Amino acid sequence: MAATSVDVSAKVEVPITPSRGYWGPVFRRLSRDPVALIAGIILLCILAMALFAPWLAPMDPYKTSMMTRLRPIGTPGHWLGTDELGRDMLSRLIYGARLSLLIGVMPVVNAFIIGSAIGIVAGFVGGKTNTVFMRIIDVFYAFPAVLLAIALAGALGAGIINSLFSLTVVFIPPIARVAESVTTQIRSADYIEAARASGAGSLKIIRCHVLGNVLSPIFVYATSLISVSMILASGLSFLGLGARPPMPEWGLMLNTLRDAIYVNPWITILPGVMIFTVSICFNTLSDGLRSAMDVKL
Amino acid sequence: MNAERVSVESPLALKKPLDSRDRGGAAQPLLSVKALRKHFVIKKDFFGRPVSQVHAVDGVDFDVLKGETLGIVGESGCGKSTTARLLMQLLTPDAGEVIFDGDPVGKPGGLSIREMRRQVQMVFQNSYASLNPRMSVEESIAFGPQVHGLGKKEANTRARKLLDQVGLLPNQFASRYPHELSGGQRQRVNIARALALEPRLLILDEAVSALDKSVEAQVLNLLIDLKQEYGLTYLFISHDLNVVRYISDRVMVMYLGRVAEMGESESLYNAPAHPYTRALMSAMPSMDPDNRTQVAPLAGDPPNPIDLPPGCRFCPRCSMAVDKCREEEPELAPLHAMQAGHLQHRSACWRAGEVQALASTPIAEEITS
Amino acid sequence: MSSYFLKRILYVIPITLAVSFFCFSLVHLSPGDPMDAVVSPDAPSEVVAMVQRAYGFDRPLPEQFGLWVSRAVQGDLGMSAANGRAVTTEVFSALKNTLLLAVAASMIGFTLGCTFGALAGYYQGSLLDRIVTGFAVGGVSVPHYWLGMLLVIIFSVELNWLPSSGAGPGSSSDWSFEWAYLRHLILPAVTLSVIPMGVVTRTVRAMVADILAHEFVEALRAKGLAERRIFLHVIKNVAPTALAVMGLQLGYLLGGSILVETVFSWPGTGLLLNNAIFQRDLPILQGTILILALFFVALNLMVDLVQARLDPRIQRG
Repeated sequence: MAATSVDVSAKVEVPITPSRGYWGPVFRRLSRDPVALIAGIILLCILAMALFAPWLAPMDPYKTSMMTRLRPIGTPGHWLGTDELGRDMLSRLIYGARLSLLIGVMPVVNAFIIGSAIGIVAGFVGGKTNTVFMRIIDVFYAFPAVLLAIALAGALGAGIINSLFSLTVVFIPPIARVAESVTTQIRSADYIEAARASGAGSLKIIRCHVLGNVLSPIFVYATSLISVSMILASGLSFLGLGARPPMPEWGLMLNTLRDAIYVNPWITILPGVMIFTVSICFNTLSDGLRSAMDVKL
Repeated sequence: MNAERVSVESPLALKKPLDSRDRGGAAQPLLSVKALRKHFVIKKDFFGRPVSQVHAVDGVDFDVLKGETLGIVGESGCGKSTTARLLMQLLTPDAGEVIFDGDPVGKPGGLSIREMRRQVQMVFQNSYASLNPRMSVEESIAFGPQVHGLGKKEANTRARKLLDQVGLLPNQFASRYPHELSGGQRQRVNIARALALEPRLLILDEAVSALDKSVEAQVLNLLIDLKQEYGLTYLFISHDLNVVRYISDRVMVMYLGRVAEMGESESLYNAPAHPYTRALMSAMPSMDPDNRTQVAPLAGDPPNPIDLPPGCRFCPRCSMAVDKCREEEPELAPLHAMQAGHLQHRSACWRAGEVQALASTPIAEEITS
Repeated sequence: MSSYFLKRILYVIPITLAVSFFCFSLVHLSPGDPMDAVVSPDAPSEVVAMVQRAYGFDRPLPEQFGLWVSRAVQGDLGMSAANGRAVTTEVFSALKNTLLLAVAASMIGFTLGCTFGALAGYYQGSLLDRIVTGFAVGGVSVPHYWLGMLLVIIFSVELNWLPSSGAGPGSSSDWSFEWAYLRHLILPAVTLSVIPMGVVTRTVRAMVADILAHEFVEALRAKGLAERRIFLHVIKNVAPTALAVMGLQLGYLLGGSILVETVFSWPGTGLLLNNAIFQRDLPILQGTILILALFFVALNLMVDLVQARLDPRIQRG
């Protein structure tokens, strides 16, 4: 056979370039996506606004003034006007970021932790356990997300904790389903077989080989849910099921300003602009992340 | 080249003294497989009872001798890869016994599966899929030794040493990720990963099939060198008859989950004693214009392994089939009573002798002399 | 009928039971004695005991569930705690309005979504594609209750073209196909249509782009087929998925309409639910959610069956 003449010991010549690792290319691709980048910057600004609200807000968001109610946008001293109780809109919008982001993002974070755990275990163990888990998850799919959130929050009663709980329950099933499907795909991958062939136990395999490969697609999927979660969380407050007056929260502000729609229509939409901005930025960032990480769901 | 290969008198090609882990001595097969069987249920009825099954591996017996390379060939779906996965206990066999150097695997009092996996390692076909995309080359190779209790530092040192041995400069490659390597480089990494546990038996499941021809040759030669150096035993699985002939001392031909023919490489290639082997070989491209294809190559696909014909499973595609073939399934039987035990040329065909007589070279004389 | 269809239909039974159980337990999830929700706290004790027996609250929970289910099967979901009317009557009259709104919104969303999506996918990478894609992202990201308010401000408050609330002139609850009623439908339907429009646009765009990249399209072009005919081929491949997505969206709209109905005071299940929550009218809450969820289950079933008929691959898989 002619192949015998090939010198085995010949080292393959490769130009010495430092390895970029796994995350290097992802960040490079993301940084080349201007839309996602802008969305990320806006979100960072809003996050900073929430963190530094006491320093940024010109006034106390709770201070009412019967004399200066429903002032229009552009009023000196109240650049974004005042609400139905004369509170400064700008300050309330800035403070509102705290609660709105919290009740919008936390359910997805919780659901990411719980849903991933359920999905990964179900997917990795497979068989009957998987079937049982997924059938229970299926039951929650019989409810449209909004209906499920409102049903739970409505039955439990108004309040931030109840709203967080309801939304967490809403987002666990979809995340668990995605986690299960990516884990099932990876479970039969050759490198898992190879790891098993080197004598590693299930826990070690999950920790070293499954988690690293499974978490990023689940994470990307979870980020796409934050947008929905923001809308739903503020929606619950809008219905009066989440934050309670006089807390500054965008959804609740929309609700209380609704009666002023014929008096000073344009300030009533301001809180919605904030919700919309955060929601669209999360969606855009999630899309960018998905293509940068080349995740197919 | 052939002269150096196994001769009938001294079956063991070991150049080095036997491994310190050796138990039964040179005469005891390293791996002994008895009546191995695995059926996959592909359809269940309403109550979960199996309706139809694929007989992926349907009663396979063979030995792998110490220091040899046993090749397994067959079309896709013949059970080669399933056999490999059964040996690694990545799949649980339905029946049968695997004995490693005298110790039954996974039985009380025998060798534990974990210990067996230390002594038997495997290289998979898909070089990319068999490396964790999120681990650097070094981490992937060091993973196995760490599982078996080696410290991180020592494991990394071993990984680098192995990288060097498989022909990849450690400084250049250790921190790379699989997507930054070529197919050949990745397969070298896979080989290093398999060797990291210092196995005695290496199962190569289509390990070079996906590579370019030139890269394939390099990797094959690397395998031959490594075998010499570490005193390894190979189980080499491939659909490529040329490659198997090049590397194997003995060859086993599988067809639909059973062994069709088995024997020493030269004997089997020169005088195939099963119509299936003959057909496979005639389908092999030849370099010699005088040596034109004479037997009709295989027609059609293998029959559905779900519902097998009652007699010989090759019968529906066989040009030499007679009534007996359609009624009774032939067992794997030795062709020549005079041959030594493991080197017997055996065939599972009722007309083995006639098939062999069709071969142009009178192989029988060579063996008896 | 193939075993896939049979299996899929049989699968509805355990889901229905589980959904019923969830709705049943809603009452027990809520804080306080479920009795408080039914009878006012200062009612005389004989009345409380009587109601307790009538509702079966004095029996163990599994028995209560059995009783509740057997009544529900006969169409009896109890009485509203607020006005004493039968829950089923209340819910079904509201459901009619919600369905009207949801179907109108789906039709708008589906038509626009398919058109935009197909154009964007066909001219992938063009300016049109970018505008449509941006629009679709906006559509799925917008808080629709806020969009409703915005539309009210523009078309009712500032322009005074369209009414901002109710389903028809006066307080009439019977809908008829007249301009006087249609005017009321426009704003809520458009508001609600934004979500399915965004989803359908994205799906159709992705699928059209994907199919155009396939080799069979190349083959069709090579055969000399006119672009128009190629587009027909594409549509044939996209239609089943687009329809399935729309079917599911119709279901989501039933839930999603809750907020929009509140904004427009549309007398549908959303408003009913909203009022039930604030009056702690648990029988209505329970009944509305059960009926909406069962409707959603039935819709899912239909979508799956239709899709399986259109796409033979599903039955095998």
